[in-house]
Amino acid sequence: MNSRPSLILALASLVAVLALVSWCVGKVWVPFDVWLHAGDDPRWAIIFSLRLPRTILGIFVGMALGLSGAALQGYTRNPLADPAVFGVSSMASLGAVMTLYLSTMIPWLVPAGGMLGAGVGVAILLGLSGATSSVLTFILAGVILNAVASAGVALALNLAPTPWAVNEIVNWLMGSLADRSAGEVQFAVPFIVAGCALLLMTAKALDALTLGETGAQSLGVSLSRLRFLLAIGTGLSVGASVAVTGMIGFVGLVAPHLLRPFVAARPGALLLPSAIAGAAVVLAGDIVARLIPTPVELKLGVAMAALGGPFFLAMLFNMRRRIA
Amino acid sequence: MIAATNISVRLGDRQVLAGVSASFAAGAITAIVGPNGAGKSTLLSVLAGLRRPDRGKVELDGADLHGLAPRARAQCLAFLPQIPEVAWGIEVRTLVALGRTPFTGARGLSAEDEAAVDRAIATARVGNLAHRNVLTLSGGERARVLLARALAGEPRWLLADEPLTGLDPGHQLDAADLMLGLAAEGKGVIVTLHDLHMALRIASQVIVLTDGRVAAAGPARAALTPEILRAAYGVESRMWDGEHGPVIEVIGRG
Repeated sequence: MNSRPSLILALASLVAVLALVSWCVGKVWVPFDVWLHAGDDPRWAIIFSLRLPRTILGIFVGMALGLSGAALQGYTRNPLADPAVFGVSSMASLGAVMTLYLSTMIPWLVPAGGMLGAGVGVAILLGLSGATSSVLTFILAGVILNAVASAGVALALNLAPTPWAVNEIVNWLMGSLADRSAGEVQFAVPFIVAGCALLLMTAKALDALTLGETGAQSLGVSLSRLRFLLAIGTGLSVGASVAVTGMIGFVGLVAPHLLRPFVAARPGALLLPSAIAGAAVVLAGDIVARLIPTPVELKLGVAMAALGGPFFLAMLFNMRRRIA
Repeated sequence: MIAATNISVRLGDRQVLAGVSASFAAGAITAIVGPNGAGKSTLLSVLAGLRRPDRGKVELDGADLHGLAPRARAQCLAFLPQIPEVAWGIEVRTLVALGRTPFTGARGLSAEDEAAVDRAIATARVGNLAHRNVLTLSGGERARVLLARALAGEPRWLLADEPLTGLDPGHQLDAADLMLGLAAEGKGVIVTLHDLHMALRIASQVIVLTDGRVAAAGPARAALTPEILRAAYGVESRMWDGEHGPVIEVIGRG
């Protein structure tokens, strides 16, 4: 437990290094003397208008995904839970995809639609799970929401008016930090920060939930308050993330999983380190996606999925060794 | 004192408790016994304030138990569920410290909390397990650790659902002694038990529950007579004074 501050410090330093690399690295190398001369070199714009928003967004989106993953794993008491479980990210996708149907080209329309979708998702989630404080009904409500929203996205593809629209939707769904502007950063960051603050408030309740629902309740923990914090917290943070970047899987799953041994498996103590580690994973993934020489830039969502397979394979072998 | 009046609980289409009234004194152990499915665990969770009864009320020292704030309730009443659930492989001491949850703020454990955790670990005699991973413990060890968790809040009331199940005879006696010790300190202990002999030995009050109703209630010797046990369990038994105290022997099906 005493090692937790040093763990947080180590992770934060890692994020700082990765952020710097993410800011410097890309298809074009920009010498440092250009950085100081605003405006007179087009490469200055690459650094400050393209790469800086991308780096900042990577940090915050990674935080949202890592933190919500840790909170949801603590809540479901299952190391395989991730933000997608509650259907909030699918609802955000659905909301964003619907706006691609509108022929107007207002730049903030997609994120706004995503956020709206996430908000509707949270409302449905809380409504469906009703007044019971059971974890199971909440998860079931999330699974239903996820299924319906995914079907909705498929329907949007099915009915898309032009192949161009399909292309647009699929491209967006794959998840990427590329070509995001300062406007998108300004849009997403306040929501992500607010959502993360709510999620960090669940630490004590998640610790108590180690003893099961009855155990937690007997310790005076209000499960309905916990559920409310989780739903609104993931809705804001993951909703805003998906709304600006599309679906980025795997982060919410892997960050808590890797760090659990370092906090002696305490679900509450896992929250903050997972948030920072999430930022590191997204930054690293984005750097890799940028550096792999492909004709079209690799999508971050795809790169993450490619990392996810081997990770689970290693987890499987590790588990088999322990059981056998 | 905890007083339950006319408690009724329905689960689905089953009337689990039908008008149960009983009172529980502090400074004593009260055992709730009865056949499987009689409603013992449901009654205990109602008494612990975790389940609101459909009808009836529970009073804790004159105040409505289900009207108390959860945190205030948890500060004076500890509950030990029958199925000891532990989700993550945390350290035993961390688990015991969870018993301080109703007292801690955002800053975590205070020095006072740490001292209470140490006392609970000593009382439950689990000091040798303190740094083990909970998931590597045996069932009996885990039960003792969870008992320590319940003690960590230093509650005025301990409500335990079959706390002796799964313990070896030595540790059963330790746990029984521990509960007697709590009662001697003036605290109230309510337990459900299947071991009638143990109920006779440690409980000053026994409530026999059958089909969600109180079949008998009173001092242990008066509530565990062969007639009452025949009606409740359908078994023949006899009670006599042995060399080391009263004995109940279950002879067979009647």
